[in-house]
Amino acid sequence: MSEQTFTLDGQEIPFATGQSVMQAALSAGVFIPHLCYHPEFRPHGSCKLCTVKINGRPATSCTTPAAAGLEVESDTQEILDKRRTLLQMLLVEGNHFCPSCEKSGHCKLQALGYELGVMTPHFNHFYPDRPVDASHPDVLLDFNRCILCELCIRASAEVDGKNVFALAGRGIGKHLIVNAESGKLGDTDFALTDKAAQVCPVGVILAKRQGFAVPIGQRRFDAAPISAHVDEFRPVAPQAGGKP
Amino acid sequence: MTAARKVRIATASLAGCFGCHMSLLDIDERLLDLLRLVEFDRTPLTDIKTLGTRGPCDIGLIEGGVCNAENVHVLREFRAHCKILVAMGACAVNGGLPAQRNHLDLRDILSEVYHTEAGLAHGGIPNDPELPLPLNEVHPIHEVVKVDYFLPGCPPSADAIWKFLTDLLAGRTPHLPHGLIHYD
Repeated sequence: MSEQTFTLDGQEIPFATGQSVMQAALSAGVFIPHLCYHPEFRPHGSCKLCTVKINGRPATSCTTPAAAGLEVESDTQEILDKRRTLLQMLLVEGNHFCPSCEKSGHCKLQALGYELGVMTPHFNHFYPDRPVDASHPDVLLDFNRCILCELCIRASAEVDGKNVFALAGRGIGKHLIVNAESGKLGDTDFALTDKAAQVCPVGVILAKRQGFAVPIGQRRFDAAPISAHVDEFRPVAPQAGGKP
Repeated sequence: MTAARKVRIATASLAGCFGCHMSLLDIDERLLDLLRLVEFDRTPLTDIKTLGTRGPCDIGLIEGGVCNAENVHVLREFRAHCKILVAMGACAVNGGLPAQRNHLDLRDILSEVYHTEAGLAHGGIPNDPELPLPLNEVHPIHEVVKVDYFLPGCPPSADAIWKFLTDLLAGRTPHLPHGLIHYD
């Protein structure tokens, strides 16, 4: 059987049946910026950072099944400008103060800002009033940084079988909640060993008593930009692409 | 024939901690190279208090966000006199640490600090006319004036400031590679 391929910025990318454009690109070592995609979970398609042009039309590469002969544009001025704008909107919508964030240096939102050269949030800040939840003995929740990627929701439901997290509200009022009568994480069976505690791309779910343990210079994205970490995002096992 | 005029730089710290100015001084011996190319107008480094009396300014470096009425006045003065205005550091870029008061009511904050907080002198909220009035929210400077370039970091490292300034002085669009662009 001859290998199936599509082109990504002119480069031939092989793919296996069932892979998304994103999975095929990452398997081939080509990084496509993303926040809500995670190799161990079904694609979500909500952050839109992985938007590419496929045969001239914008589409999220994490939810579009790879197909032979597709012409995909990713690293173009037009697409990069749109990704920068998306990052800027995320930065002003929450409270992202990197100097006082324990996730700084390990944060994918921050790393993508560096990768794409986001020098300014550009828009007017919302400075929303969002709570923190320190009720759990081992985990701090800081909702100020939530980007609504739903990775913790998916991990808690699909892997941990606990359904600890959910989204409530609509539109700009949409926010992450904890499934407990009190709304407090301390009143759930959430544990630091849960998958949901490991997947937050930003600084919402933080292990207590570990903040700033890794010195500046040795943090995840200090030495090399996120695009050089492409191996960490390769698909872990053959899985169905397409819509969740 | 007169020698080419040196590039004139002014700096100010608004709602900042002077950390970015410390980082500017941290370029160390390169300050001597810099001073061959530039001269300083109003800046805490020269203690010159008024801007533009020595002629138009080429580059204005602003540290800190806008937290009070005086900050607005100084920032607008810089915009009026500087050809290129730069937001230097996290606070000027996104408000930084001072902006973390923004979700709180200003009256509650002042009351907490000067009236109700245990262990404080309870001297009342200062109202000396010399004191600039605080704004309800701390703003990044681009929400108040047009800003030409942004140099994030808390503070931007000396190497980042050096790369930025040398790019700018050479007529290039400043570009910070990985390792020099930082939000923290």
